[in-house]
Formats: sequence, C-alpha cells, structure tokens
Amino acid sequence: MKTVEEIKAAIEAAVPGAKVEIVPNPGPSGEHSLLLGHEQAVEVARFLRDDPELALDYLSNVTGVDWLDKEVTEKVKVKRQVTKTVDGVEQTVEETVDETRKHVEPGYLEAVYHLFSMARKHGPVVLRLRTGNRTDQVEVPSLTMLWRAAEFQEREVFDLYGIVFKGHPDLRRILMWEGFKDHPMRKDYVEPDDYEYEPTAHDQVLKRAQAHQAQAAAMGQEGAGAGQ
Amino acid sequence: MLGEGILKGLAQTAKNFAGSYVSEERLTTVQYPEERLPVAEASRVFPFLVFDGSEWLGGMRCVACQICEKECPPKCIYIEKSKDKKPDYVGKQQFYPVRFDIDISVCMSCQICVEVCPFEAIKMDTAFELATDDRFGGLLLDRQQLAKSNEYYHSIHPTEASEVDARLDEEKVKAEAKAKAAAPAAAAKPPAPAGGKD
Amino acid sequence: MSTFETIPESTSQTSAEHLAERLSKSITAAAEADRREGWNRPPVFLPESENGVLEVAMGPHHPSTHGVFRMDVSVDGERVIRLKPVFGYLHRNHEKIAEGTAYLASMPYTDRLDYFCSLTNNWAYALAVEKLAGIQVPERAEYIRVILAELTRIQNHAAAVGFLLQDMGASGTPLMYAFREREKILDLFEQLTGSRMMCNYMRFGGCRVDVTDAWLDRARRLVAGMPQFVDEFEALLTTNEILMVRCQGIGALKPDLAVNAGVTGPMLRATGVNYDLRKVDHYGIYDRFKFRIPLGDHGDVYDRYMVRILEIREAVHILEQALKEIPAGPIMDPKTKLRGFRPKPGEAYGRIEAPKGELGFYLISDGGSNPYRYRVRPPSMINLTVLEDMCLGHNVADVVVILGSVDIVLGEVDR
Repeated sequence: MKTVEEIKAAIEAAVPGAKVEIVPNPGPSGEHSLLLGHEQAVEVARFLRDDPELALDYLSNVTGVDWLDKEVTEKVKVKRQVTKTVDGVEQTVEETVDETRKHVEPGYLEAVYHLFSMARKHGPVVLRLRTGNRTDQVEVPSLTMLWRAAEFQEREVFDLYGIVFKGHPDLRRILMWEGFKDHPMRKDYVEPDDYEYEPTAHDQVLKRAQAHQAQAAAMGQEGAGAGQ
Repeated sequence: MLGEGILKGLAQTAKNFAGSYVSEERLTTVQYPEERLPVAEASRVFPFLVFDGSEWLGGMRCVACQICEKECPPKCIYIEKSKDKKPDYVGKQQFYPVRFDIDISVCMSCQICVEVCPFEAIKMDTAFELATDDRFGGLLLDRQQLAKSNEYYHSIHPTEASEVDARLDEEKVKAEAKAKAAAPAAAAKPPAPAGGKD
Repeated sequence: MSTFETIPESTSQTSAEHLAERLSKSITAAAEADRREGWNRPPVFLPESENGVLEVAMGPHHPSTHGVFRMDVSVDGERVIRLKPVFGYLHRNHEKIAEGTAYLASMPYTDRLDYFCSLTNNWAYALAVEKLAGIQVPERAEYIRVILAELTRIQNHAAAVGFLLQDMGASGTPLMYAFREREKILDLFEQLTGSRMMCNYMRFGGCRVDVTDAWLDRARRLVAGMPQFVDEFEALLTTNEILMVRCQGIGALKPDLAVNAGVTGPMLRATGVNYDLRKVDHYGIYDRFKFRIPLGDHGDVYDRYMVRILEIREAVHILEQALKEIPAGPIMDPKTKLRGFRPKPGEAYGRIEAPKGELGFYLISDGGSNPYRYRVRPPSMINLTVLEDMCLGHNVADVVVILGSVDIVLGEVDR
C-alpha cells in the first residue's frame, strides 16, 4: 500500500490541476487523509477507483463532521511609540509590546470517505471534502455515481448535517422525516422542547423541565386551546 | 426424487417430537410462573445499595461521592449529599446520602455504576419481576427501597460478595494498623472535633 | 394488497411479450409519477393507474419487515417494478448521544445497535477506541473476545436462517430449532456477562470479568454439540424442495454491483467475492486460527442461506481451537483507566467482521472526555442499498424472502 504522499503524487500526475492537500492525523492510528478540491474531486475519486495499483473499489464509510467557528487567540509583537520621561526629559521611544489578537476562523462541514480495496485487500485511504461555510455554501460534489455505497450514506449526511451533495440522484432525508427542519447532528443544534417530562427529572433535565413548565404556564394564560 | 427433501425434514421433526417425551435435551420449554429456571449468579437487573449490619441507614456503605451519578450513561441516579458525617465501616467519618434515587424506568442495567464505585456500595440485584401499575412513583426507588443487607448480597452473588468482603476486611486491617501508628501522634495533639453524631 | 390487478386474457400476444410490454409501460408510468409528485408521497394505496401499476406500502407494521421498516413498492400485477426502502422509525440519534457522553458510557449503548450481536458491537467499538488511543490488549482477553464473537456469529446466523424460513412461511419449526440452540448460547452469555442480550462486556484494553474454568467447560460442551445441531438443521432444510424453489434464483446479486454498493458480510460472500475482515485485517488474533471462508456462486437467497450455515460450521472450528489454546493471564491492560479516559487528539476508523457485515466505528478525539465525532458504519443499512436491485422483476412474495435474506436489524439500520 502506498503512503499518503505517494498517493498524492500519483493523483497529481494523473489528474492535472487537481487540488490535493494532506491532512495529518496526530493520533496513534496514523490514518492521514487527503483533502480534495471540489472541481476535480470526482475525477480524482475515479482515478483512485480505477487505477490498477490502488484499485480502491470499495467505499466503506461516508460520514460528516461539523467544525464550528473557532476563535483563535494569538500573541503578536507590536511596535508602538511610547512617550516616556527619561532623566526629566520627555522622549518618544519605540517599544515592542505583546498584544493578544482574536480572530474567528470560520467553521465548515466536512464529508469524510473511507476507501478500501477489495481486489488488493488494502486500505484505508481517507478522503475529505469541505464546504465553504456552515450556512449557505454547503455543497460538495457527490461520489454516488462512482460508488453506489454512498447512496444511503450521503443521504444520511445530508439529513443529519445538511451537506448538499451535488449530483446525488435522490437526495432526500433518510432517518428524519420529510418536513423536519434543521440538522440534528450539528454541534449547535438545539433540540425542541416538545416532549413529556417525567416527574423524576433531575439536573439539566429538571432545569429544562422547569423552563418548559414555566413556558407552558405562560402559554396557557394566553390561549388554553393552544396545546390541544 | 421429488419430495425426498421434504420427507427428510419431516423425519427430523418426528424425531424431535417423539424425543421430547423421553429426552431432557429436546424438551426445552419451561412452564414459567409455576416452573422456574435458576437465575445465573452473574445475572444483573437493577442496582441496589449494600449496607452492613442490621440497621440500613447506619450501615450504608455509600458515602455520596456521586461518581456513579456522573458516570451513569442514562443519568438515572440522583444523589443529595449530607451536611454532617457518620463513621463508615473502618470507622472513618464520611458523608452519607440524604437522598439516593434510582429511576428504574430509565436505568438500562449496564452495571457501570457498580464498576466505578470505589466503596463497593452499589451492586446489581437479580430480582426481575418488578411490574407495577404506577409508572412514575412505583419505578422511582428511594434509598430505603434500594438498601439491601450484605447477607442478601451474599445470597444472590455468593462468589462476588465473598471477594468483596475479603477486600473490605483487608482495607479495614490496613486502616486499623494505620490508625494505631497514627495514635501516638494524635494523642499529642488535641482531638479533632467529631464530624457528625449519627 | 387486496386488489391485485387481473391480466386480461384475450390478447393476441404471447404472455411473455405481453408482460414485457406491460413492464416497460409501467416503469415509465412510475417514473412519471415520481417526477410529478416527488418522493415524499404519503404511504397510501393509490388507485390503480390506467396501465395497472399499484402502489403498495409494505410495512412499517408488516410482520415480515423485521421491525419497523417500510418498502414503498410499485407492482405491476405480482411483479415489482420499483421499490424504495423507507426507514428511520427507530432513529434515536445514537451518534449524538455518544458525542454527549464519556467514551465508556457509550459502550452499553452499542449493545442496543444490533441487539442480536451485542458482543461484536462491543468489540468493534473497543477496537476503534484502542486504535484511537493506542492501547494493547492482553492475550487472554483477545481469546475471550474471539470466543464470544464466534458464539455471537453462530447464534445470529441460526436466528437469521430461522427468520428467513419464517418469512418463507415455514411457520415456527425451523425458527424454534434455531432459537433452542441460540438459547443455550445466550445462557452462556448470561453466566459470564450478566445479561443475555445487552452484554456490555468489553472494555478498552480488555474485558470486564474473567472467564472461569467451569464456563470454559460448559462452552466446550456446547461447541462439541453444535455440529450435530447443524446437521439436524440442514437435514430439515437444505434439500427441502419448497425451500429450494423459493430461494434458488431469487434476488440474485452480481459481484461487481455488490462490491460497488459496499455490501459486506455473508451477502457479499454469497456473490463469490472473497472478502472477510477476519482474513483481511487480521484484527484481534484471527491469524492464529485455521478456518475457511465459505463463498457462494450465484448470489441468490439460497447462497446466502448456505453461506450462513457454512459460517456456523467454520465458527465451530475457530471455537474449538480458541477454547483449546486459551492461555492464562491478565484480561485488562493495566495502563488503561476506567474513569477519566481521555485519548489524545486524532482520529481512527476501526472495523470488524460482525455477523451482518463490516461494522465500523469512526472516532475523532479532540483530547476531551467525550468523542468529538462518533460514527457507526452500520452493515445492515448499507446492505439495504441494493434491495431494489435484487427485488426488481420478482413477485411480491419474493420481496419478503429477499429482505429476510439480507438479515437486517432495525436497531442498527436506524440507530
């Protein structure tokens, strides 16, 4: 089995203009992944599947990952002019000061594909596709046309994460029902407060139950028939 | 010959049917409420709290450390810690639970509370006929309902309970030895105020 | 399903031609209906359209669907021309629950995925976490895991074949024979783990309790009696003409489609593709045992049935070896703590050959006490991808048999 670097070189040789980036995995498993650009993703995947040496004919696992917006704090050295009194005389001195700057790294959704080879019995090769952001640019190319195995799994990722797979033949919700709003596996998903609380609730559940009851009481005064 | 396979299969069922009158192995069903199979020793249903001695509150091993409450996967345990302290089995002053509820309608019998408990205080019961018509109150067990004696524990899990007792005795001996070693030092100082009166 | 369409008798064409024409007409009609109404049509009996296509919602409460599972079937007479599986009725977002709790607390939840095979689920999850955190498992624990996984495979395949026969109309007898043997294995599980189905037995870096010699003796006796049971079961079924007629040539799957659609487990091997993770990945200590991989030729229901029966026989061989060779020693890695388990940041995909196919767990750790991402690759769900391809052109009664031969558990499909 080739290393990730070799696979990257092979892809770049075979598919001109392909954007491939290695995402290192610091853990002991050492399964590094390849981040693909959107334009050539299908071509690259086709090469990985059909290349006789790699022959990644089996797509085992497709899943999504939600990476929230990250606030990054970094220390920057800044030079600025300070007025100081030295020996009774006011002087303007240039001084280096540490300054902490914060900026927000935008979050994104990620589709992860685990490829194996049944013909050559090796793997995994991990592919990643990233969306532009978490709100309006949530499209990635679908690989269902290459591997049927992605059909239900991409639908599941669409259902639970809201990644839209361009080119998927039948992109509908699969586990949640039609008409359900939002995507429950996202990290910022707030679950609806619409279930029956048992009287044995405690901790966070108790807090939620109390808030719910208070809300229900407030609602009840406005219109008693609302809950029926 | 067509039908040979069917006849072969019918011979099998006939063998099993006739065999069920003579062979124990082929008669596998048990007429449940009247006849009962023995419960396996390792069997687990819902947790209970072990107490030593005869008085359930005084002998309760639980020190309300709330580890099981934190580790419980479906969060079915609720504990309130006491303000005062009482002596535990080695004579050390410890907190005790003023409230210890397990909601067995939520509990999934996974035994993680038993595994994480450092005080051998919570164990798994084997009683399984717990049906009740009171969905909420009847399935919420408080500390008194949960408290079962060490003798009961011995009667349902004999091997495990003996091991636990041996381990606790060892700890007790160690604690006593430590107390003895510390006694001359403590005698020099004024005695510490007792934490609780229970 | 009360109003089956009757085929007009007076026709100049031969019946084969007639049917072919009808089929092509009805497929276009179904495609048109899809375009018109979208996929989210309510599951109701629509009136017959002009060209005789009838919509049938099989399930979610149909006894042959092995749980709450629905197939939206378009039938032309008795013939299936379109089939869409619909599931999610049992969805409780297992993955979200697992991302909100500690690593250990997810272990009992994995029991509830494929509730027939809780021990292999435990193993797959433990294996993924061990890969994520780089934990070594002691030898005795590996042997115990193999023994329990193979026992699980036997009882799953026995029950699967029993249910397949139940679906075919062999009401009771084969299923009860299978359950009689399964019961003995479940008693063994209860004696060791405390529970018959929700075992919650494996831990990261080993197993929860040690097996006793008495347990091993009982397991040896059970394994020694197993070939006799399989012989009896085969005498009852394998050459039965009714079973052969109902199974052979039904629901055939081509190997290239099976590979492309990610089908795994006995279903894949029935098509003749030699891919068994026990041989490919050598996870655990499977390279120490001698066993063969049963393969099918046609990929039809009968091959799937035979592959399962032969896998039971091979599992018995593995068990005989493992029960003979099991060494003494520790069963837990001493460096792994039970509480406060925090793997270093990283990710891992661990997979095993579960009785239903490749069961994988994909974990991402951010260094915290909860997994950042926890994903189950459910073999039951992905094997359903090709359900439509297998059912097209077959009768409605065969759909039930084909679904039974896939061997799904809805706890795992819906998660």
